[in-house]
Amino acid sequence: MLIASNVTKTFGKLKALDNVSVTCNKGQTIALIGPNGSGKTTLIKTMLGMVVPDSGFITFDQHNILHSWHYRERIGYMPQIGRYPDNMTIAQVMDMMKDIRKSNVLDEDLVKEFKLPALAQKKMRTLSGGTRQKVSASLAFLFNPDVLILDEPTAGLDPLSSEILKQKIIAEKEKGKLILITSHILSELDDLVTEVIYMQDGKLQFHKSIEQLQQDTGQVKLTQAIAHVMKTH
Amino acid sequence: MRTIVKYVMLDLLKNRIVMGYTLLLLVISFGMFSIDANSTKGVLSLMNIALIFVPLISIIFSTIYVYNSAEFIELLVAQPLKRKALWLSIYCGLALSLSLAFLIGVGLPVLIYESSATGLVLVISGLFQTLIFTGIALLASVKTRDKARGIGVSILTWFAFTLIYDAIVMLLLFQFSDYPLEKPMIALTMLNPVDLSRILILLKLDISAMMGYTGAVFSDFFGGKLGMLVSAIVLLLWAMVPVWFSVKQFQRKDL
Amino acid sequence: MYSLVKKAVQAAAVGDTIYIYPGVYKEQHIAIAKTIHLKGIGLPVLDGEKKYEILTIRANNVTVEGICFRYSGRSSYMDIAAVRIAESRNVVIRNNVFEYAFFGIYSQHATACVIEGNRLSSDAKDEISSANGIHCWKSDSMFINGNTITGHRDGIYFEFVTNSHIKNNYSYQNVRYGLHFMFSNSDTYTSNTFRNNGAGVAVMYSNHINMYKNTFADNWGSAAYGILLKDISDGTIEGNKFQNNSVGVMMEGSSRLQMQKNTFAQNGWAMKIQANCMDNVITQNNFTGNSFDVATNGELVLSRFEKNYWDKYEGYDLNRNGIGDVPYRPVSLYAMITERNPSSMMLYRSFISSLIDKMEKVMPALTPVELKDDNPLMKPLKF
Repeated sequence: MLIASNVTKTFGKLKALDNVSVTCNKGQTIALIGPNGSGKTTLIKTMLGMVVPDSGFITFDQHNILHSWHYRERIGYMPQIGRYPDNMTIAQVMDMMKDIRKSNVLDEDLVKEFKLPALAQKKMRTLSGGTRQKVSASLAFLFNPDVLILDEPTAGLDPLSSEILKQKIIAEKEKGKLILITSHILSELDDLVTEVIYMQDGKLQFHKSIEQLQQDTGQVKLTQAIAHVMKTH
Repeated sequence: MRTIVKYVMLDLLKNRIVMGYTLLLLVISFGMFSIDANSTKGVLSLMNIALIFVPLISIIFSTIYVYNSAEFIELLVAQPLKRKALWLSIYCGLALSLSLAFLIGVGLPVLIYESSATGLVLVISGLFQTLIFTGIALLASVKTRDKARGIGVSILTWFAFTLIYDAIVMLLLFQFSDYPLEKPMIALTMLNPVDLSRILILLKLDISAMMGYTGAVFSDFFGGKLGMLVSAIVLLLWAMVPVWFSVKQFQRKDL
Repeated sequence: MYSLVKKAVQAAAVGDTIYIYPGVYKEQHIAIAKTIHLKGIGLPVLDGEKKYEILTIRANNVTVEGICFRYSGRSSYMDIAAVRIAESRNVVIRNNVFEYAFFGIYSQHATACVIEGNRLSSDAKDEISSANGIHCWKSDSMFINGNTITGHRDGIYFEFVTNSHIKNNYSYQNVRYGLHFMFSNSDTYTSNTFRNNGAGVAVMYSNHINMYKNTFADNWGSAAYGILLKDISDGTIEGNKFQNNSVGVMMEGSSRLQMQKNTFAQNGWAMKIQANCMDNVITQNNFTGNSFDVATNGELVLSRFEKNYWDKYEGYDLNRNGIGDVPYRPVSLYAMITERNPSSMMLYRSFISSLIDKMEKVMPALTPVELKDDNPLMKPLKF
């Protein structure tokens, strides 16, 4: 459903993406893993059209996403750091997003579970980093999208909220959605992911199913499997 | 697009700097008019406000606002929105709220104390400066990634339009004082929106002196319908061209 | 009853009154050589068919009133007038209308004549093909009162005219001057309005001219002045109003003039005083809303500015006596710059021009040091 073909992107001298090709299909939950600066976020951003690749292209349901924007209606994106207009309240941000999406089917599970209505009138600038993450997460799921792209979703969340989010991801996964997650905390991904994409220095190292990875490395836990991979690479 | 404009404006109208700017303009304007019984002097001072202070605030504030909204823009870029629409919405939001601030801060006092053709030209000029320099700010901020540098570019641009350009023109005037310079001067004026607006105000305020010297060529051009039309078109172009370039740039920009 | 004015004039005895009834009389060269009273009833028209002089008066004590003189002859080599007063005394030309005249009223070697309440309008396009409304040459003790003149070359023209009084006239939209004085001494003009004439008013080569309560307005152009004073001496200019002129007062080679209680408002330059002027006193005038107050072409200034109100004055009055404690310098540097390079008017009131002016105020280097008002008033005078 989401396919990147030979995508290359350089920022000055830095090669952020080097001829990357990945195929993400419906029903998959993919962990995007790699050391800092390996190009994970850049890859996500090219998929969202936020970064325009130097060469190669990306298709969403067989349509090139270049110059198109309608496909983003079907994507929920949770950025690494969600920052919002300082003077707007949570309610206003939510309303604005609803205004933009104009979607009738709303999934307000996370909003309720994070108890955001109680904070609705708070200005964004007064919020803690964790609360902002809650807002970001709620927004990503709010419109019931087919594809979820979550960039470090649990960073800054307390364990309880982290768990809520995780349960939500599992629930969505069960609905057969495509979910793309980057995270440093690999232990969290253990019971979530079906696929692993490993990147390093802008290059795609491998794209394997979790079973394949376990088989190849002989490790059951994702953490150990990846550690094994990193040692050998 | 209207949705985003609404939210940008909502954000800006609550912004303390915009409120402060409005209030400052209001205090200055009322001050200028009430200090002196002679309202011509008030208009003169307000001309400097409209042609020097307003561009400065417009360009710096807009530049900073765009940099500060980087994350907000990022958030919206990931949404099903046209980039062009998003960027134009930000421009409209900024231009509208700064224009509103100017209308309240300067337009209102002018309406009360000097509701004449001169006052009208003054207010329109100030509005154009707001639109133009907000546009230039957008271009400057989309071209430079670094915030400090972007603000630097903005201040320099403002400086170029309000002082450096005129200094160069003056130098040229004296270098080539033996040649008839009226027509080249009209062309040079068109290249600087601040100068163009200033001359339009001058044609109201100092009409006697303007008619005295550069005489026919000048007053014929600016005083006539054609000149007015050309001036208006040039000012509109000044308001649109930088924005258009910034849109082009923004559509290719990596966020 | 006569069908022709000419015949009536011929038949009239000294002291008779001829009534002219309504109608158009196309007669040429009506000459009056005896004292009679010519009176129009219901504004009869004497038509010169664009070829002839209509009326010539060569007798004393003649009165002409209530007649419309239309289409006098025109000539590029002869001074053809609608009405000519020649070598006569006590002639009265009153309440007549002059339409499309070449010269309207032409007086030569006349004495103590009254030209009053006439309305003159013509269609002058340029200086060469047009002539003056009221033209007086080598005359004395004339009284020109309450006339309206427009569309001529000069509204009122005086050459070698002495001891005369011009009062309550309105002269506007004439192609050259509203009023033109040459070699005419000891004349007074009062309460006239000169508006939107090609070059304003010119007073040249004359002395002992007094001007009171006149209005000079809306004279725009590169050589247009509210009033041009050229080689004038010993006059008084008082209580006049100079408004919306490119130059309010232009002084060249003028001396011993007393200028007081005048109002200078919204002029490009309120005054231009050339360096060849001397001993003029400019006092108790109001200068408001002018682009430039005073300009001069040299460094030497031999005229005195004293106790005027200048709206551009930025000084203070610590002892509260109504007089500013520091002198005011009415010549701004930028006025000097535009004097040398007119195109720099384009940069007037820009950031850089104000900067230049401010710098000059702090350290005067180029503006004439002596041109200053040591006792500038803090408040405008009320007249």
